[in-house]
Amino acid sequence: MTERLSAAGGQGPASAPGESGFSRSEMMIVAAARELAGQRVCFVGVGLPNICVNLAQRTVNPGLELVYESGVFGARPARLPLSIGDPTIVTGATAVTSMFELFAYYLQRGLVDVGFLGAAQIDRFGNINTTVIGDYARPKTRLPGSGGACEIAINARHVFVIMRQSKRSFVERIDFRTSPGNLGGADGARIRREQGWLGAGPSVVVTDLGIYHFDETGEMRLDSLHPGATLAEVRGTMAWEPKVADPLALTPPPTAAELRLIREELDPEGVYTK
Amino acid sequence: MDSKLTTLRDAVAELVRDGDTVAIEGFTHLISFAAGHEIIRQRRRDLTLARLTPDVIYDQMIGAGCARKLVFSWLGNPGVGSLHAVRRRVESADPEPLEIEEYSHHGMVGRYVAGATNLPFYPLRSYFETDLPRANPNIRQVRSPFGPEVVYAVPPLRPDVAIIHAQRADAAGNTQIWGLLGCQKEAAFAAERVIVVVEELVDEAVIRADPNRTVVPGLIVDAVCVEPFGAHPSYVQGYYDRDNRFYLDWEPISRDPAALDAWLAEWVHGVSGRAEYIAKLGVERIAALRPGPAPSGVVDYGTYR
Repeated sequence: MTERLSAAGGQGPASAPGESGFSRSEMMIVAAARELAGQRVCFVGVGLPNICVNLAQRTVNPGLELVYESGVFGARPARLPLSIGDPTIVTGATAVTSMFELFAYYLQRGLVDVGFLGAAQIDRFGNINTTVIGDYARPKTRLPGSGGACEIAINARHVFVIMRQSKRSFVERIDFRTSPGNLGGADGARIRREQGWLGAGPSVVVTDLGIYHFDETGEMRLDSLHPGATLAEVRGTMAWEPKVADPLALTPPPTAAELRLIREELDPEGVYTK
Repeated sequence: MDSKLTTLRDAVAELVRDGDTVAIEGFTHLISFAAGHEIIRQRRRDLTLARLTPDVIYDQMIGAGCARKLVFSWLGNPGVGSLHAVRRRVESADPEPLEIEEYSHHGMVGRYVAGATNLPFYPLRSYFETDLPRANPNIRQVRSPFGPEVVYAVPPLRPDVAIIHAQRADAAGNTQIWGLLGCQKEAAFAAERVIVVVEELVDEAVIRADPNRTVVPGLIVDAVCVEPFGAHPSYVQGYYDRDNRFYLDWEPISRDPAALDAWLAEWVHGVSGRAEYIAKLGVERIAALRPGPAPSGVVDYGTYR
């Protein structure tokens, strides 16, 4: 996935396991998986969400129903899917539907609790760009586009985002709005209600440095800092001055069990954790 | 029963014409690379290629110069990276511009549904407060005739030709699929002409023994072609896995126009068809893609006289 490859660029030290014995990618995946505790139905986006949901199913939420836009409800993948259309999500699933049924009956009908997305660019209100860097007609970089992300952001009850932080990805103004978040801020909730959207918008963003939720003005707020990360690093990897919770929590480090699942069972080749 | 059995070469020669809108569907699963390669070999030009996820097959066809326009909703090499032949044309008009018309997945699915059901548009709750309607003027708002609600609408997509890969069909074109269904049914019903490419040709009795599994009826099928491993490097549920090594290997080939040309010369123009392509890949590589068994339970339809 381009999102994953481009977002990983230029962050060498962030990826290697440090003295703490786990890498920042591993911390990010573990923190995101834990956020899925208590949720029922999760629509799994392309890239990092894939490993997070599979970890959550093996730890905090064995009953989590995985929905893939390829037309699968209730997936029980026996191996980590290589993509959201991998045959392992079909074998043993509760239901396999046409994509029409998946988008119309399951998503637009309002049956998805969490839409779990990655992003190339995000702004402080959780609006997401996965379409282009630069001008649409003559893009500097052509990214994949919406896929199902646009309708997930509108119709899933809540949206979770996972992505690495950088000045290029956490921007003041996204180049293209592919998937709406809290729009311009406080009015976002009103507009969603008036236009009859089912979704309440983004509720959590998990990065390699911390965990953000959204306050009543619709803006991202840093609520938890991962072990080893500093506030200076957080500020140095985003284009705006972030709101910070007081007191600021410290994310509990990955447990041995979580690390074993990632390293030995889910991603032994380090596709997602490099 | 009229047989529609033919070779893929003859089916493409007869049914795919320069300037056509062509939809080779299949979401990760059941992508007819065999048909895409045959279209490249026969040097079709000025095609409009439609597909939710252009995947490596459209990168190859666009790199080969078959297309002037791409209609899509997610542009990438799934799980791996980018489609660089497409990106060169979009980002720098290299070697020539590529017109694009872009939707979301639900929008593309809905376009096939509108085409398949003979309706003027498909309404959906997507696109609110996004830049997509600005990028694509074919995404428009529509007011409910029954109240004040406003939703978005997309126009029907009616391909000149839809090409559907499937596990099996009979000679009349009655086609059965299991695993990811993608938009195979919607694209087939929306299209003017339909080519079905299958792993196995089966007797009509096999189809009739399990009618719930029939996705495309022979009624709308123009040609049935039998091409084992015709979806490689994508996969066919129960028959073979995705050849992920190929998708990884495509990344550097796709980045380099000379390497892409050399690949097409060797693997598309350099072989007569799919059988020769598979022989060239080698039995070991193919054998390694075979999954273990996971048979469905048997259901009883009952006999009613």
